[in-house]
Amino acid sequence: MSDPVLRPDSAPRHEQPAAGAPRHHPAPTSFLRTHVFSLDHKVIGKQYLDLALLAVTTGMVLSWLMRIHLAWPTAAIPALSKLSPAGAAGGIITPEYYLSLMTMHGTIMVFFVLTTAPFAGFGNYILPIQVGAEDMAFPRFNMMSFWVTFVAFLVLIASFFIADGPAISGWTAYAPLSAVGSDAGPGEALGQTLWAVSIAIFCVGQLIGSLNFIATTLDLRTKGMTLARMPFSTWAWFITSVIGLIAFSVLLPACILLILDRVAGTSFFVPGGLVISDRLQPHSGGSPMLWQHLFWFFGHPEVYIAILPGFGIVSHILPAFARKPLLGPRVFLACLIAIGFLSYTVWGHHMFLSGMNPFSATLFSVPTLIITIPATITTLLWLGTIYGARLRFTTAALFCLGFVSVFVSGGISGFFLAQPSIDTYLHGTYFVVGHFHFVMGVASMFGIFAATYFWFPKMYGRMMNETLGRWHFWLTFIGVYCIFMPMHWLGLAGNVRRYSAFTDEYMQGMVPLHRFITIGALCTGAVQLLFFANLLWSRWRGPKAPDNPWEATSLEWITPSPPPVDNFGGRQVVVHHGPNEYGNGSPGHDYVMQTSPDPLPGR
Amino acid sequence: MPRPRTNAASTGVWVGIATISMSFAAYTSAMVVRRGAASDWQHFPLPPVIYINTLILLASSATLEIGRRRMAQSPPRSDPAVVPLHAPAPLERLWFLLTLWFGILFVVGQLLVWRVLAREGLYLATNPSSAFFYIFTALHALHLLGGIAALSYGLRRSSRSTPQAMTRMFGAIALYWHFMGVLWCYLLVVLMIAL
Repeated sequence: MSDPVLRPDSAPRHEQPAAGAPRHHPAPTSFLRTHVFSLDHKVIGKQYLDLALLAVTTGMVLSWLMRIHLAWPTAAIPALSKLSPAGAAGGIITPEYYLSLMTMHGTIMVFFVLTTAPFAGFGNYILPIQVGAEDMAFPRFNMMSFWVTFVAFLVLIASFFIADGPAISGWTAYAPLSAVGSDAGPGEALGQTLWAVSIAIFCVGQLIGSLNFIATTLDLRTKGMTLARMPFSTWAWFITSVIGLIAFSVLLPACILLILDRVAGTSFFVPGGLVISDRLQPHSGGSPMLWQHLFWFFGHPEVYIAILPGFGIVSHILPAFARKPLLGPRVFLACLIAIGFLSYTVWGHHMFLSGMNPFSATLFSVPTLIITIPATITTLLWLGTIYGARLRFTTAALFCLGFVSVFVSGGISGFFLAQPSIDTYLHGTYFVVGHFHFVMGVASMFGIFAATYFWFPKMYGRMMNETLGRWHFWLTFIGVYCIFMPMHWLGLAGNVRRYSAFTDEYMQGMVPLHRFITIGALCTGAVQLLFFANLLWSRWRGPKAPDNPWEATSLEWITPSPPPVDNFGGRQVVVHHGPNEYGNGSPGHDYVMQTSPDPLPGR
Repeated sequence: MPRPRTNAASTGVWVGIATISMSFAAYTSAMVVRRGAASDWQHFPLPPVIYINTLILLASSATLEIGRRRMAQSPPRSDPAVVPLHAPAPLERLWFLLTLWFGILFVVGQLLVWRVLAREGLYLATNPSSAFFYIFTALHALHLLGGIAALSYGLRRSSRSTPQAMTRMFGAIALYWHFMGVLWCYLLVVLMIAL
């Protein structure tokens, strides 16, 4: 008897493919086509994740250098003088080089880690399988998207190896300093141009990627996979790609205008009569506020590009380990859509201190407070889901719980910053550093870790080590609280951010806490070696993974681990249920696969 | 019974249209803000050749649409041994080639417009008004070159594709091409108002 779930290849599928569904490209044979310039979304997803791993390691090392300098400003880091003889003569970081490290840390982490890993990486690998497709809608564009992103990364990293070093204007590259060249400091010549070119290239890569995600979700869903039956992770990637499409199509023009101001002598962002380093700048009439508006119109939605995939991943994973359906699935989706929409109404809250009209500040404060409502509802839905559940405390589940914890911790400090009057005091302090690292950085990273521990068996066909995983979780969880919670207190005490050293009498008293944070950062970074070891060991030595190790319901778990090149072995998947059917199966089975043709028990 | 689906190429073009619209909206708002930021905005008349270019681009949309409709309505070739089964008939091919040449002519015409401006001493960095003029025209021409590449690719692929795939492909190309026309009309109006 044939499997009622998967129709064999002889079924009419290949004779009459769904309109618009591309026939799968043939399996490649050459090494280059299989591993380098592959059209397979699974290979491209892994390439994105490898790039993110390289980027996060780089970004983390940069943060260590900054933290060491903040705690012990006279400490020499000998190897650093080889990388930048001018920026770290004798191994001691200059204030300008500190700003370079800060700029590169922020840029690498936001663009090449928090955007590439949870969205482009896992989205590429998992989304087509979850909707029952053989590949992305446009495999060639997909490949191009990764390689364009990779080139963007190389261009950015190249700025470490030029005489003046990388840009110093922060990941937000505020004009006019970012637009006037070397007068604004070392790194503001070629380094800043490389920054702008890199981000422009990155935008192109992400636009192509977002376009692919949207077309795949809309057009390549398999039979029975209605929008309402899509897994929450797919929903989150879909909404994220819509947000990304709008956000990056604004950042790209902003970067092009910035490049023109820098290399072609135009005056979009540089006002007239500006004197920097005792030199009158040869520009006139530009508006620095224009850059800020364009940048933050991208910049705030970027926060959601980083975090919404985490929302989807947690909502997909938690029910599998709670063995309960996600509470209020439709409310959850409504919240995701509401967050996506509202993310475009709040960008001005980054500009309360930038000279914007104070009335505008109030205008941006209101939607900033409103957006906390759907975010709070989703948090309550996660808590409601695990309430009364017999939770299976796997590493993936622990990272989901950790995600909720740090998201709430970082979110609560957001309430303070949403008020213009309070933000006026806190904006330039470590309070903001603690806030956005919790809510955007760490929360998103916990989503990435949860996704890794959850989908690794599917991606590599082997299980990760759970004992190492639990150690990794608990030490990281304690570590991030040791790092970022004290930053809130420092900020409340008036500890300014972006300074490379705290030398005046008032801030001297805060240095011991900075040393504590630095030790926490070094230790938490070292703990990540457990993760790397687990990744490497499990990749080759881990126990073989079954097709569905977590007893989960969605389509990635009906295919072998790892999936064949066309995902389902040339058979069409037919979907009968949503992904949320936990605690609802037949005796001995507390879940119903999406492909099960049986009616749901009790209905 | 499989649900009817729209085709991915057409969805891709629609999403692409949304992206390009958004980026030009960003440029437009940047222009509005920059124009109001200082009193250095310089007005200059648009070179008349730009209106001829506009007519050429609109004509290219018309020829593409005629070719596309003829192809969608034409029955399959009766003798596949002589003519490839699904290749466009010579007349349809002619319409597509005409579109291609109109497209190239438009881009060349835009280069002529640039030369006229340069002769008048208006370069990219001369004034924000000329800067936005060059940015709008250059980016539009760049996007149109994408359309020209897609149409050339479509013509090259046509003899090897199924009729449904051909109709879908040329439908998607036509959608993009018409959008290029609409976008140019929008940019022309914006430039006429701003300059």
